[in-house]
Amino acid sequence: MSEAFTTSTARNIFYGGTMFFLLLFLALTYQTEQVLPQRDKRELLADPKVVAGKKIWEENNCIGCHTLLGEGAYFAPELGNVVARLGGKEAVKAFIQSRPKEGVPGRRSMPQFNFTDQQLEEIASFLEYVGQINTAKWPPNIQG
Amino acid sequence: MQYKSQAVAKPYFVAALALFVAQILFGLIMGLQYVVGDFLFPAIPFNVARMVHTNALIVWLLLGFMGAAYYLIPEEAETELHSPRLAIVMFWIFLVAAGLTVLGYLFVPYSSLAQMTGNSILPTMGREFLEQPTIVKLGIVVVALAFLFNITMTVLKGRKTAINTVLLVGLWGLAILFLFSFVNPHNIVRDKFYWWWVVHLWVEGVWELILGSILAFVLIKVTGVDREVIEKWLYVIITLTLVTGILGTGHHYYWIGTPEHWQLIGSVFSALEPIPFFAMTLFAFNMVNRRRREHPNQAATLWALGTGVMAFLGAGVWGFLHTLAPVNYYTHGTQITAAHGHMAFYGAYVMANLTMISYAWPQLMGRIANSNQSQVVEMWGFWLMTISIVFITLFLTAAGILQVWLQRISDSPLPFMVAQDQVALFYWLREIAGVIFLVGLMVYLWSFFIKGEPKAAAT
Repeated sequence: MSEAFTTSTARNIFYGGTMFFLLLFLALTYQTEQVLPQRDKRELLADPKVVAGKKIWEENNCIGCHTLLGEGAYFAPELGNVVARLGGKEAVKAFIQSRPKEGVPGRRSMPQFNFTDQQLEEIASFLEYVGQINTAKWPPNIQG
Repeated sequence: MQYKSQAVAKPYFVAALALFVAQILFGLIMGLQYVVGDFLFPAIPFNVARMVHTNALIVWLLLGFMGAAYYLIPEEAETELHSPRLAIVMFWIFLVAAGLTVLGYLFVPYSSLAQMTGNSILPTMGREFLEQPTIVKLGIVVVALAFLFNITMTVLKGRKTAINTVLLVGLWGLAILFLFSFVNPHNIVRDKFYWWWVVHLWVEGVWELILGSILAFVLIKVTGVDREVIEKWLYVIITLTLVTGILGTGHHYYWIGTPEHWQLIGSVFSALEPIPFFAMTLFAFNMVNRRRREHPNQAATLWALGTGVMAFLGAGVWGFLHTLAPVNYYTHGTQITAAHGHMAFYGAYVMANLTMISYAWPQLMGRIANSNQSQVVEMWGFWLMTISIVFITLFLTAAGILQVWLQRISDSPLPFMVAQDQVALFYWLREIAGVIFLVGLMVYLWSFFIKGEPKAAAT
């Protein structure tokens, strides 16, 4: 690189450029926070079952096998639209409940978590809430 | 080794490599579970193996970064480390905490672990890569602060170079961004939005500063090229990194409920993210071509060049492959993502750490370079691991393309598990490549135990 372009010029461009894009990112974040209420169905969080369901989701590490809105592990099906795919909350609950304790020979199988009826209702309510978020029409089809 | 206190890097490097072995073993377990679904079920379910695989990776890379900093900073600052004792105490705290966390994952059901560690007080668990109990996260913050205090004090009392300044900025950024792991709103969209401030702004942001700084340090040492030239390159590379990478975060904001203008912002800026990696490759090759000395540690030079190439391929090319919103609409959350993740982490961060270890380890043992026999074996390790990761990536890419076709594009899309069965062949091939990776890792580790006449400078 040429003599005119010194290390201190390069350093100043680094700090200036980073600062500029960092501030722009923060401004975009602010704008996102402003419009999110129209898309993220936060009114559904008024239901304590949804909030409790998220905690169950986290404390059983569901993301360790599944994706949720495409993020997570790729070992088991997408769950952002699972309520729609299985045809309702009751079907989701029945599926979770039906998992054999010792698995299925040779196949992947979800563990049996021994949830109570209330916990099942909460986790299903959480998944139903996620399913209503405006995700710009993702996933491409019901299979997730 | 010019300063006695640089020796604190040793246990960091040893522990890093031990966790690297654990990471690969659990990777092989998961790889097998992809095709033999009930393997080790229900003793080690997939999610547990995955936590160990990813958390071991993160922790060993962090241990490696800390070791690299403890080695590099005294030499750059031309002064002894502020407190070698603090560095050793923090090492043991960090290692014990990491070990207990892994044992917790393996032997306690995750929900019980959450209860035992009081997750309800401040729920932060159960989010990808941030699965650690809240108390462990707090411990990480304490260790990070002590570490940053130690190295910052060292730089403050010594010489300030571009290399140690950039390293400090990167490491401070790493610690500050980790604080967002404590942000966990009930609102899943906001949860995901800020989760990326840890994950994306680490690996496609501040970690690249650490990587650039390590690479620049080793290149100065092995090539003898003027510091002025290398430091200028370093600033140019990290400018490109953050100018593209910060707004590049937008490529995670396409389908998680965030507004749709992120599709444009994310596509444009993340499409530019390969540029700094390409610059890094040019940089490494340029400096080696213009070298002013023949450093006897040729293995370290090979790792440095390899880092440039593999980071560009894995992070740059494989990232670009699925970063544009119209493409990502189909590939989001498939094996394409996994393919990219594997080569990017290996090419950028695993190799950067191994570059540093390759250069520093002989010096820490009191010689300029290892014997020729040892270096030959180390290079075998390099090629076996690197070629294996290329094949792992290619097989996962093939699996991903098929998966996208069968499950997302087809007129009659298949359910997830049906599509998985269709691509099983590629999972088997990936597992075979993974076994060869483990062989490569063993060969690499074996090179540490090969004695012989240390190679002398060829001047």
